[in-house]
Amino acid sequence: MNVMMLLEMASGAMGDRVAVQCDDDHFSHADLYAGAGRVAEFVRGTSAEHLAILDTSSPAVPLALFGAGWAGMPFVPLNYRLTGAELDALIERITPAVLVTDAERAKELAGRDGLEVITREDFLAIARGDAATPESDWSMEPEDIAILLFTSGTTGAPKAAVLRHRHMVSYILGSVEFMAAAEEDAALVCVPPYHVAGMAAVLSSIYAGRRIVQLPNFTADGWLDVAHKAGITNAFVVPTMLQRIVAELEETGGAAPTSIRALAYGGGKMPLPVIDRAMSLFPPTVDFTNAYGLTETSSTIAVLGPDDHRVAAFNDDPEVKRRLGSAGKPLPGVEVEIRDDDGKPVSVGERGEIWVRGEQVSGEYLGRGSQLVEGGWFPTNDGGFLDEDGYLFVLGRIDDVIVRGGENLSPGEIEDVLHEHAAVADCAVVGVPDEQWGEAVAAAIVLKGEVTAEELQAWVKQHLRSSRVPERIEFWDELPYNETGKLLRRKVREALGTEA
Amino acid sequence: MELKAGSRLKSGVCDTQVMVIATPDGDLELTCGGAPLVDVTADAPGGDVAADHKNGTQIGKRYVNEAGDLELLCTKPGEGSLAVAGAALTLKEAKALPSSD
Repeated sequence: MNVMMLLEMASGAMGDRVAVQCDDDHFSHADLYAGAGRVAEFVRGTSAEHLAILDTSSPAVPLALFGAGWAGMPFVPLNYRLTGAELDALIERITPAVLVTDAERAKELAGRDGLEVITREDFLAIARGDAATPESDWSMEPEDIAILLFTSGTTGAPKAAVLRHRHMVSYILGSVEFMAAAEEDAALVCVPPYHVAGMAAVLSSIYAGRRIVQLPNFTADGWLDVAHKAGITNAFVVPTMLQRIVAELEETGGAAPTSIRALAYGGGKMPLPVIDRAMSLFPPTVDFTNAYGLTETSSTIAVLGPDDHRVAAFNDDPEVKRRLGSAGKPLPGVEVEIRDDDGKPVSVGERGEIWVRGEQVSGEYLGRGSQLVEGGWFPTNDGGFLDEDGYLFVLGRIDDVIVRGGENLSPGEIEDVLHEHAAVADCAVVGVPDEQWGEAVAAAIVLKGEVTAEELQAWVKQHLRSSRVPERIEFWDELPYNETGKLLRRKVREALGTEA
Repeated sequence: MELKAGSRLKSGVCDTQVMVIATPDGDLELTCGGAPLVDVTADAPGGDVAADHKNGTQIGKRYVNEAGDLELLCTKPGEGSLAVAGAALTLKEAKALPSSD
């Protein structure tokens, strides 16, 4: 198996359709196919063992992803925000390599051992070159590595997740119907290439025949502008992006783009009020989908679909309404179990760790081997539970659980309640060292109205047990997020833990 | 012929090409259009599509045997239809999923 085969099919069946466009530049499926072949020839002519990209989104991203697959080497999209020692450490792990980057970086990185640096412009010129498209000679070995993706490392040094061709192909075949998109369909891709959702978006859109419109640097007004102008029908955003889009629409009184039919979100926990507001700002015909997944599972493993959104959003039954905060149900071909600390499945409604199994589940890190346990199960390190109808609720990283006096408290549950308060714009709940309880509940709050710490404590107490009431509350101007919208809890914990 | 996941095969008598997604162990007698499937790089023997194996294949569709342990993805469509040991493979119904990325 090889991701190249997906492109070959798209090129054969809909070669003239635009596959990817960015600003004024675009490639059809047939151009992308031929370009991938030329890229493969080029990298095979070097001593590289990896093809890496350190750049914002552009047609070079799909060209490098497929070209690497054709050449039989892993594609490595690196975080273009990294600099200095952090970046050096990652590069060291992938040399010898070809690295595609912007002109400025190309100068900085030139001359390093084992690194052949090429600018994006030169790389695109190779892809567009006159050389004939090579014979399709890519390996179909399912175990070959398609993508190495460094995890965001919010809890420590980044690990490189190993995604093999069989994982990516299984994900696409299991979740996307070939050529399902209409000719005019267009997907707005604003997640960076080094995020698994960015990789998934490229592969699914190409297999579905949906034109990819790249937005290299996300801003809410930029997103709305491209959505209007490019006739965007599908889009995926992380929660902070949707939060900003909603705020932009509310502030400017602008209309949501009418071409949009499907808006998917994931990559972090979506506060309920944000999705509620988004659903009232976008036309009721827009299909909202919550996608839950991990890098190690080749992206999405569970979805809360459009019908579930509509039923939950406009329902008075609190049990049904609550489902809007769930990750929905596992994809076909993906099994989910909730297990206790000993790895034993728990009963419906009981909390534990989310375990997952399926063809798309890699659960492997470079140099550390497979983390899959008996029967092919992967413990995600995410806490959660399943309700009686099989809806999956994700409670956040298990490492983030607050242990107060022997009781396990989930930060997400307390944050959900705080988010419901009219004066709270954003919040983060963490455990901080406490002499009496081992850990105490602390909260950093960003305000959009007036409220005192005591009032917020009373608010939480009114909705949850008193053990969950934050003993320490600080008001901040903003919370620390990384660029893909992941809350940096470690930073919150450090700040709240030391300023006692 | 003995198969493995990822193997690419083509029909000897029509344009059909497939990729093996899943396969049971052992030799399988796979046909398309009534004639054996061959390795994608081999020369096609040629000939006519048998009248009772002429339902066609569709690109992007997956075909399975009755036991469900053999699955082929059609990567190029053709006139013939797929069978294993004379039993027609059937279209695997895909569950419609919302677009999640």
